[in-house]
Amino acid sequence: MSWAIAIWAGALALAAAALAVTRDSVVHALLLLLGALVALAAAFFALAAPFAGAIQLLIYAGAVVAVFVFVVMTVEAGTEARARERVLFAGAWQVPAVVAVLALAPMLLGLRGAGEGAPAGAGAAALGQLMFGDWAVVTELVSLLLIAGMIGVRVLRRRQKGGRR
Amino acid sequence: MTGVSFLLAIAAGLFAAGLFGVLARRTILMQLISLEIMLAGPALAFVAAGAHHGMVEGTAMFLIVLALAAAEVALGLAIYLQLRRHAGDGDADAARQLRG
Repeated sequence: MSWAIAIWAGALALAAAALAVTRDSVVHALLLLLGALVALAAAFFALAAPFAGAIQLLIYAGAVVAVFVFVVMTVEAGTEARARERVLFAGAWQVPAVVAVLALAPMLLGLRGAGEGAPAGAGAAALGQLMFGDWAVVTELVSLLLIAGMIGVRVLRRRQKGGRR
Repeated sequence: MTGVSFLLAIAAGLFAAGLFGVLARRTILMQLISLEIMLAGPALAFVAAGAHHGMVEGTAMFLIVLALAAAEVALGLAIYLQLRRHAGDGDADAARQLRG
């Protein structure tokens, strides 16, 4: 039963994602991305991974999309920009479509039917024990990555302030 | 096909849709949105596989993918704003070099 709900939510996310990458308006694409991320969170809840679902809602749908919205505010989104975008997209979608299908085919062909059981997800307690126990080094590497991202943004912003060209 | 196979197929579809977007769109913002979709595919695959095998590692890998996506968005958007200041356009082809 829960698998069915997860598949339904996942299909919804896939539909929203397919619409998002073909929109000519960035705002529409962003809203569809938000829809896809929320649908994925629903799938995670259905897969008995409530911690993943909550994090998905808080960080992905909350923080990441909010940052995107702030940047989208700086983009002009008039009808002429959308028309230009439409022309660019109409001239350039064929080859990427072929590449995407070629990338999709082996992934689908590799699928095999597996035995069915109820989804057995992860509680937050077991997750914490894994990430701060056996996987402590991985967690440290992730924090290193986040610090590198933070420093990178700081460096970019400093350069912005210094050399106004 | 059983439940987990369907979900893995959906995850592959998400990845392919994102890949298509990254290749077909020229606006950097749209490419970043497509990258988010591309990363969502593996995230779903990890959580679905973790639920299928009853292992907590799937969700742990999801958290790592999430941190990667957060760092990528922060840096990508910062570079995008910097590029707009220089090239005055959101077109990926306008940026031929990343020297400040």
